[in-house]
Amino acid sequence: MAVCIAVIAKENYPLYIQSITTENELKFHYTVHTSLDVVDEKISAMGKALVDQRELYLGLLYPTEDYKVYGYVTNSKVKFVMVADSSNTALRDNEIHSMFQKLHNSYIDVMCNPFYNPGDCIHSRAFDNMVTSMMMQVC
Amino acid sequence: GMTRPEMADETLFLLLHNEMVSGLYRAAEHGEGENGRCITKLENMGFRVGQGLIERFTKDTARFKDELDIMKFICKDFWTTVFKKQIDNLRTNHQGIYVLQDNKFRLLTQMSTGKQYLEYAPKYLAFTCGLIRGGLSNLGIKSIVTAEVSAMPACKFQVMIQKM
Repeated sequence: MAVCIAVIAKENYPLYIQSITTENELKFHYTVHTSLDVVDEKISAMGKALVDQRELYLGLLYPTEDYKVYGYVTNSKVKFVMVADSSNTALRDNEIHSMFQKLHNSYIDVMCNPFYNPGDCIHSRAFDNMVTSMMMQVC
Repeated sequence: GMTRPEMADETLFLLLHNEMVSGLYRAAEHGEGENGRCITKLENMGFRVGQGLIERFTKDTARFKDELDIMKFICKDFWTTVFKKQIDNLRTNHQGIYVLQDNKFRLLTQMSTGKQYLEYAPKYLAFTCGLIRGGLSNLGIKSIVTAEVSAMPACKFQVMIQKM
């Protein structure tokens, strides 16, 4: 379960960003923005075995005091960033991986939607519902 | 392995594509400049479809190493999924120009085997040029794609990579 999920265009502007609560929204936006540098670092780490160069899932980008940030880059250079609560120790790497794959599948559906103009922000209800299902429930 | 039931999708696309071309030209006003506008419209349609297709097709593929890796993907996987065969020959000058040769291009096989109807071929290649350009665009490559036919149903697609 994530607290913030973002889809970033190849030109590094947000196509979609949803946070668990509106009060922490700006903080999450900043966290996602900061993570983009780490994403670029991981992708361009040629020759160094920081991450398997052929793999789309980048794993843990960096931890903060309260959160863990994960990344994934598609072949079309679109980045998915997921912020998860650190205290949620039950969340395993392969679960995050499959969440990203679900996100990727929904993104592909958006791309294939003739009413969607590539480069625009994502306003799809189907996409919203899928993302909401992956976010933590706030009591 | 999984056996796929015989689907009519290839024929459906062929017929739809032919109708797209005729329909677009019929709807356009008669005039000298009209051929160019219709070709552009078809190319743009192909572009948008190419963007979506490449997103779907590269979902599970490994990250591409370089430009040549991408062009090989277009010639093999992409072409096979869309046209049920691979590109027969890929040539490049290693300076951003690629020539993709299809000796039996699926969208032309119905038309003729030789020079008959040659002058109509460009209309039926525009969509596919866009398809290639759209696919490449979504993979971060800006290009100009043109096609030429000297004898049906063989044709060559020329991809000129634009430095961004």
